[in-house]
Amino acid sequence: MKTWSLVSICVLLGVVVRWGVSLNSYSGAGKPPMFGDYEAQRHWQEVTYNLPLQEWYFNTTDNDLNYWGLDYPPLTAYHSWICAYVAKIINPDWVELHKSRGYESPTHKLFMRTTVLVADLLIYIPAVVLYCLYLTDGSSKKKISTLLCFLLYPGLILTDYGHFQYNGVSLGFALWGILALGLGWDVSGSMAFSLALNYKQMELYHALPFFCYLMGKCIKAGPMGRGLFLLVRIAATVLATFALCWLPFLSDPSQALQVVRRIFPVARGLFEDKVANTWCSLNTLIKIRSILSGDSQLYLSLACTFLAVLPSSFRLLTKPTFWHFKLALVNSSLAFFLFSYQVHEKSILLAALPVCLLLNDLPLIAIWFLQASTFSMLPLFLKDGLLVPYVVTSLAFLFFSLYLLSALDHCSEDELRMGAYNKLLFFLPKMDLACVVRWKFYISVAVMAVLSIVSIALVPPPHLPDLFPVLVSTTAFLHFFGTFVYFNVVQFSEPPSRKSQKKNN
Amino acid sequence: MKCLICCVSFTFHSTDFEVHRNWLAITHSLPVSRWYHENTSEWTLDYPPLFAWFEFGLSHVAQHFDRNMLQVENLNYASPSTVLFQRLSVIFTDVVFIYAAKECCRCVQEQKGSRDVLNRPSFVLAVLLLWNFGLLIVDHIHFQYNGFLFGVLLLSVAKHLQSQHLQGALLFAILLNLKHIYLYVAPAYGIYLLRSYCFTQDNKDGSIRWMSFSPLRLLALGSIVVSVCALSFGPFIAMGQLPQVLSRLFPFKRGLCHAYWAPNIWALYNVLDKGLAVLGVRLKLLEEAELPRASMTGGLVQEFQHSVLLSVSPSATLVCTLLSILPAVASIWLRPCGARGFLRCLLLCALGSFMFGWHVHEKAVLIAILPLSILAVESREDARIFLVLTTTGHYSLFPLLFTPTERPVKVSLMLMFTIFSFTALRKLHSGQGPLLRPLEVVYLLGLVVVAIACEVVFPLSPWQQRLPFLPLLATSVYCSVGVCYSFLRLYVRLLQRDDKPKQL
Repeated sequence: MKTWSLVSICVLLGVVVRWGVSLNSYSGAGKPPMFGDYEAQRHWQEVTYNLPLQEWYFNTTDNDLNYWGLDYPPLTAYHSWICAYVAKIINPDWVELHKSRGYESPTHKLFMRTTVLVADLLIYIPAVVLYCLYLTDGSSKKKISTLLCFLLYPGLILTDYGHFQYNGVSLGFALWGILALGLGWDVSGSMAFSLALNYKQMELYHALPFFCYLMGKCIKAGPMGRGLFLLVRIAATVLATFALCWLPFLSDPSQALQVVRRIFPVARGLFEDKVANTWCSLNTLIKIRSILSGDSQLYLSLACTFLAVLPSSFRLLTKPTFWHFKLALVNSSLAFFLFSYQVHEKSILLAALPVCLLLNDLPLIAIWFLQASTFSMLPLFLKDGLLVPYVVTSLAFLFFSLYLLSALDHCSEDELRMGAYNKLLFFLPKMDLACVVRWKFYISVAVMAVLSIVSIALVPPPHLPDLFPVLVSTTAFLHFFGTFVYFNVVQFSEPPSRKSQKKNN
Repeated sequence: MKCLICCVSFTFHSTDFEVHRNWLAITHSLPVSRWYHENTSEWTLDYPPLFAWFEFGLSHVAQHFDRNMLQVENLNYASPSTVLFQRLSVIFTDVVFIYAAKECCRCVQEQKGSRDVLNRPSFVLAVLLLWNFGLLIVDHIHFQYNGFLFGVLLLSVAKHLQSQHLQGALLFAILLNLKHIYLYVAPAYGIYLLRSYCFTQDNKDGSIRWMSFSPLRLLALGSIVVSVCALSFGPFIAMGQLPQVLSRLFPFKRGLCHAYWAPNIWALYNVLDKGLAVLGVRLKLLEEAELPRASMTGGLVQEFQHSVLLSVSPSATLVCTLLSILPAVASIWLRPCGARGFLRCLLLCALGSFMFGWHVHEKAVLIAILPLSILAVESREDARIFLVLTTTGHYSLFPLLFTPTERPVKVSLMLMFTIFSFTALRKLHSGQGPLLRPLEVVYLLGLVVVAIACEVVFPLSPWQQRLPFLPLLATSVYCSVGVCYSFLRLYVRLLQRDDKPKQL
C-alpha cells in the first residue's frame, strides 16, 4: 500500500488516541485554591496578555508569583500570549485579570485541549513522521510500524493531554534538532535545539550530547579551517537564536537576571514528592535530606551527575556518529534524571524521547523502558483521575509495539548488543541470553501490572501512607538504573553491524 | 489475520445510553409480566423479548458495578461505574462480531499469487469490518449493541456462504427475535432458503424442479424458526400480552421521517414538497395560510402532513418497499445464483427498505454496508458501489455526533476509514484502470464540500439562527442521491448476473 496513506492513517490514529485521552480529567480539576498545571497554564495566558512584558517575571501587585508564577523561559510566555489572544476573541472571561482565577468550564477545557493538539500537529507530529520515514532503516512496513509505536507512546500522551502540559512543543523542537543533525544540517539543528531550550529549560538534559556531537564533528573536520568555520557558524546561530528569544528582556540586565532566577530555582531542595531517581530511592534507606545540609546536597548531586554523564559524553566527543549521538542523548538525560537536583517525575519524558528514536534498532529494550517510564508516572496519573486512559494506552502500546516490531523475536545476543556484557560477566555460566532477557521482560511487566492494580485497589496501611507511590518509584528507579547501565555498555561496545552503519554520517 | 479493536472509552453521553440503562432496570427489577407495560420513562422497551432476556442477563452482572442503576425511578442516572459497565458490555459483546468477521474472512475467495499480508482480501475485509467507522461511532460513542447484532447477522451470512444452511437459519431466527429491524431482510432469507434449500436440485438450465421438493428440509427449517420464536415470545403469549408487545415493537405514530431525515427517498420527497410549497406561495398559486403549520424541518419526531404532494401513509411505504424488493426476490427465485446471489438479494432488501421504509433511522444504512464489504473485496464492480455507498452512508451519520468535543474524533476516524478503504480496494483490484468513474469522483468530492460547509462555514454564518436545520437537510438530501445511486447500481448488477450461469 502506498506509504502516504499508511502514514496518514497512523497519524490520524495518533490524533484519535490523543483526543480520546484529552476528554478525561486534567490536573487540579475542581481543587481550589491552587488547582494544578492546567490552571497554571491558564494563569500564564492571563498574565502575559494583560500585563506588560516587563512585569511578567516580577512579583508585583498584579502578578503574584506565589500563585503559579512564570518559571519557564520566554518562548513559553510568548506561546501563552498567542493562546490568550485567541482566548480573548472567543471568550474574554477566560483571561480576565484576577477575576478568571480558577476558571473552569467545558468550553474552556475544549479550548485548552485544542491548543495542545494544534501545537502537537504543527511541531511534534511532523518531526516524528519525518524522522521515521528518513532516518530509520528497514522496509517501508518497518518504518510505518516504528511511526505508529512512536506516536502511541503513552507517557507523552497522558502528560500532555491528560495532566496538561505542552511538552510536545519542546520535545518537538528538540526532535527537529535531532532530525536536522541526522540529515547533516548542523546549523539548522542547533537553531531548532536552541528554540527547544528557550521553551523549557529542562532541555538542558539534552544539551551536553548536542554540544559534544557538534564539537566532535568540528574537531574531526579539522581544528583549523573547515572545523573552525563550522564551529563559528553554529555558535553564531545559537547566540542569534537566544538573542532573538530574549530580545525584549535584554534591554535591562535586571530583567534578564530575574528571568534566570525564576527558571532556575535553587532554593527548593534535593527532591520533591516521589521521584524515581537515586536520591529519592536512597532516602528510603538513609534519610539523606536530613543528614546533609542544603549546600552539600547541591554539591553532591552536581558531582554525581557530572561523573555519570562523563563517560558517554567523552565517547561521543571522540566518535561523533549519529548512532553514538542517539545513545548519548539517552545516557545524558538518564544521568541527569537519576542524579540531578530537584527532578520532577515528568522529566523522564526527556529520556523517553531519545529511547523512542531507538525503537527501530533495539525494540525490546526500548519498549521495556517506555513502559517503565509510563508506569513511573502512575501516582501522578492516579491523582489526576486518569486511570482508564493509563490502562488503555499502556495495553495498546504494549500490544502494538510487541506485535508490529516483533520485539520478542529479536532477542539474540547480537541484536541486543550484549556482547560486552558477556565479556564482563565471563565468570557466570553461559545461558541462553534471549531466553533470559525475555523472562526478565515478562516478570518486569507482571510486577508493573501487579503494582498498578495494587495501587488502585488497595488502601495503604495507616503508618505507611505513601507505601504504594514509594514502591512504584523504587521499582521504576531499578528499571531506569538498569537501562542506564545497559545503554552505557552499548555505547562503549563495538559499533553495530554493517547494515546500520550505512546510514551513519 | 486478526485486527484488534482499539476501543478508547469516551466520556460521551447520549440518549441511547439512558435507554439501555432503563431497560436494564426494567428487566431486573420488574416481573416479566410488567416488562412491556412499564412506561415510567419515555424510553419504553421496544425490542423483541430475546433482547429483553439479554438485558436481563446483563443486569445480573450490572448489580456488581452499581446497584443504583437498576432502580427504574433513577431516570438519567449516570454514575462513572454505570458508564464503565455499559461501555464494557458493548466491548465484550463485540467479541461476537469479531468471531463473525473471522468467519466471513474464511469464506472470501483468495486469489493466487504471493501477496503481502496487507493486500490479501481477507485482511482487507477484516479491517473494513472491524474498523467500520459507522459501527464504531454508533456503538461506542453513540451507544448501542449493534456490534453484537451485526455479528449474529454476519455469522448467519457466513454460514450460508459455507453452505451450512440450518445453522444460518437458526442464527437469523435468533437475530429476528433480538431486533425486529431485521425483518427488512427476512424476505431474502425466506425465498432463498425455500428455493435453494428446500428444492434440492435444479434443472439443467437453472429453473425450478418441482419434483425435488423436500418436505423434510422445510420441516426442519420451520421447526427451528418456530421454536426460537416460541422461546422468546412464549411467556408473553401465555400471559396474553401479545398485542401489547406488538404495539410496543411497531410504533407507527412516529412520523415518516426521524428528527433527522435518513438519506432515503422520502428525504428527497420532502424536499420536493417543501420546494413546491415555497414556489407555489411565491407564484401565488397557493395561500400561505392553507399550508399546514410548522413542518418536518422543525426537527421534532411527530406526524406531519405534506403540503403540496400527497401525504404518505405507513401502508404506502410498505407497498413501495415491497415493490422495490420484488424484482430482487423474484430473480433469486427464478434464477438462483447460489449463496452470493442470496447476499446480493439481502443487500437489496436492506437498501430497499431503507429507501422506502417508514421512520427509518439513518443507522440502518449499516445493514447494507457491512455485508457489502464481503462482496467488495471479491469483485471490482461491487468495490465501486461499496466505496460510494460507504462514504455517503458514513457521512450521513455525522449529525449523530454534533458537539464540538466529538468533532475531531469523528473527522479523524472517518478520514482513516475512507483512506484505508480507497487505497486497499484500489490496490486489490488494480490493473484494470481507475476504480471509480469520473461522475462518482465528482460526487464524492462534492461530499467534502458539503462537509466543510456544514461543519465549518455554517456555524459561523448569519443563517445559523433562522434556519438551524439547514445543514442537516443538506446532508440528508446530498447523501440520499448517493444512496439511491448505489441502490440502482446494485440492482443492475443483480439483474445482469441473471445472464451468467450460476457459480456456487
